[in-house]
Amino acid sequence: MSTTKTIFSGFGGQGVLMMGYVLATSAMHENKHVTYLPAYGAEVRGGTANCTITISDDPIASPVASFPDYGVLMNTPSLTKFEGSIRAGGLVFLNDDLVDVRPSRTDIEVVNIPVNTIADGLGSLRSANMVMIGAFVKKTGLVALETVINSVKDIFAAKGADIHERNTAAIREGAAFIEKPIHG
Amino acid sequence: MNKQLMRGSHVIAEAATRAGCRFYAGYPITPQNELPEYMSARFADLPDATFIQAESELAAINMVMGASMTGVRAMTSSSSPGISLKQEGISYMAGMELPAVVANIMRGGPGLGNIAPTQQDYFQATRGGGHGGYRTIVLAPCSGQELVTLTMKAFDLADTYRMPVILLGDGLMGQMMEPVSFPDPIDPADLPKKEWVLSGARGRDSRLIASLQLDPVKMEERNWKLVRKYDTISQHETDFESYLLDDAQLVIVAFGTAARIAKGAVNRVRGEGLPAGLFRPITLWPFPANPLRSLAASIKQILVFEMNTGQMIEDVKMSVGDISPVHFHGRPGGVIPTPVEVAEVITGLMR
Amino acid sequence: MAQQVFKRPESLKDNVFHYCPGCGHSIIHRLLAEVIDELGIREKTVGVPPAGCAVLAYNYLDVDMGEAPHGRAIAVATGIKRCRPDLVVFTYQGDGDLAAIGTAETVHAANRGECLTVIFVNNGVYGMTGGQMAPTTLPGQKTTTTPGGRMALRDGHPLDLSRMLALAAGSVYIERTAVTSPKHIIKTKKAIRKAFKVQMDGQGFALVEILSACPTNWKETPIEACKRVEQVVATQYPLGILKDATHEPTADNP
Repeated sequence: MSTTKTIFSGFGGQGVLMMGYVLATSAMHENKHVTYLPAYGAEVRGGTANCTITISDDPIASPVASFPDYGVLMNTPSLTKFEGSIRAGGLVFLNDDLVDVRPSRTDIEVVNIPVNTIADGLGSLRSANMVMIGAFVKKTGLVALETVINSVKDIFAAKGADIHERNTAAIREGAAFIEKPIHG
Repeated sequence: MNKQLMRGSHVIAEAATRAGCRFYAGYPITPQNELPEYMSARFADLPDATFIQAESELAAINMVMGASMTGVRAMTSSSSPGISLKQEGISYMAGMELPAVVANIMRGGPGLGNIAPTQQDYFQATRGGGHGGYRTIVLAPCSGQELVTLTMKAFDLADTYRMPVILLGDGLMGQMMEPVSFPDPIDPADLPKKEWVLSGARGRDSRLIASLQLDPVKMEERNWKLVRKYDTISQHETDFESYLLDDAQLVIVAFGTAARIAKGAVNRVRGEGLPAGLFRPITLWPFPANPLRSLAASIKQILVFEMNTGQMIEDVKMSVGDISPVHFHGRPGGVIPTPVEVAEVITGLMR
Repeated sequence: MAQQVFKRPESLKDNVFHYCPGCGHSIIHRLLAEVIDELGIREKTVGVPPAGCAVLAYNYLDVDMGEAPHGRAIAVATGIKRCRPDLVVFTYQGDGDLAAIGTAETVHAANRGECLTVIFVNNGVYGMTGGQMAPTTLPGQKTTTTPGGRMALRDGHPLDLSRMLALAAGSVYIERTAVTSPKHIIKTKKAIRKAFKVQMDGQGFALVEILSACPTNWKETPIEACKRVEQVVATQYPLGILKDATHEPTADNP
């Protein structure tokens, strides 16, 4: 791997920035070079959120993505906004429960994941972002799944063991979906 | 060394604390609010430190001025419109030869502008910014780790030369997270003693710290004295980064965030076999004019890339004169250009 | 053998005041120096002079002093005092400095209860710049920028900032005095002394507003100007204690 750029996007409350933070933290723990670049300010306060994560084996030149390799798009406006900029041959992860249109491009691979449904099935809709990061990491191999689980444990250390178990279950469930997608 | 993933604004605050800064006053303004927020929490655990959320930028810089008079390492931070308000105090501190560190996390302008990252305060920062004709050292970090080193260096330079030092970042630098590591904290008690501070006239004559000098002849002397200090700084403190310059035919000159993007662009065109390189001024004042001038003799052209409409380009042109053609690419207003966009400009010039 | 009954305070330098005849600044400087001597704090006092006629106060007061931009004295003093709480820090400001350009700094320092002593000299004009209207200028008063007299509806009403500051929760002691007669001068000295004591006891924000004459810009003789202070200015700005929330320090409440 040389340098990989991922954009996470959705609306406020979906834990979009947290997904990016988890990925960036995991990359750091694997001694990779990493930048986490959030869109900030009025844009965020207006209800949408996105962040760009660059991971590399070498020092990172630009934290800005011209054409992200991966897009993790949690709602329809995010797809509208970022579909055009994904690198040809890139990969888009869609929240199947909330994205009601499909990319028109044919030169990108699309992974549809019903993260809300899966999270709801685990008893916590709020874990949808953890389901997604689990699926994302399983599919891309950017970092190891266990690194992600450990990072999340650190990040939420103050919230207690229950939360950690819930997050771990969600991450594993997301990864399991990639291994064996359940359509429907 | 243990690394932490930290936001740029937090990095500045932590580095300042570790540099022995024990006074911070500021006023909220996006995109640097995380800096005072971090300071308020960090200083709460340090019995010898003071955090004040001031009633205005004016009050904040003047509180820093007072703190500096006592010899304490002091800082404030803001973003562009707030920095304009602080210029009064910065000018006074330049006149009184008081150290302080002022972080400007630049946003769009003029006026209220917006909160997106820009480099539109280059002129203001490098030309003094306030009235009276003075200089401030201006440091332009471009990464999380450099925020650590340059923030700490800013305090050393401020004390060494007794003047305000500007740390010039932008909204992207302030918000971006990168893994960073910190050196051990400096105990303020271990810093060199300052012999000029206001501490009460015990066992010595009373002291005065003032910029007022009604006698024009003496005022002229003081102005030339400041110039001599600035000349010394220009000789000893210029700093820059060279990237792939050995065989470069086109050199892109950029600082801060723009330099990160430019580096990405250089990597791209190198991949296409085009010999481009990057010259990144780290001190914007003093500007690394001599190294750039030397470089200009061995290359074909220069491209200045800034997130403004063209400010540093004036320093570049003054540095290289007619030795090399100087082109410009700029994106003001908070537009974050991509490496591909800049690579296309380079390619257009080289082909 | 002759006994010395009057001498220059140690905190006052042996310089001839540059102030105009009848100006209150020289009296107030001397009172400050006497109080600093009597409290034994010369070696731990830091003063912040204003922009204005008293900008050169450091030519007279023999204590450490640090300049402030016009209006910002209290902010500068705040920085000094917060870093060195063991020092005794005072500002010396005129009405334009404190009640116009420095209003925000003044109000908020009082509200935070900054442990400072503020000497506020109110003479109703901008003296140093040539006698322009001040926020404290009286209705009808002629100045170089109100040649026909101050009209409240056009030029604003006289501003009584001390009364506003008395409302601030962090202010502890605010008194208005004058330096127009021996009786008033003695009262002023007492008030200045108390304003320093309040700070030294760590109680909070203390301010003494001193009504002072500016015969030069009022275009009056010193005697006329002093009379005007007592008979006219003091009706707009009544003398006396505006706030006294001080307490005797006890073990529980120092």
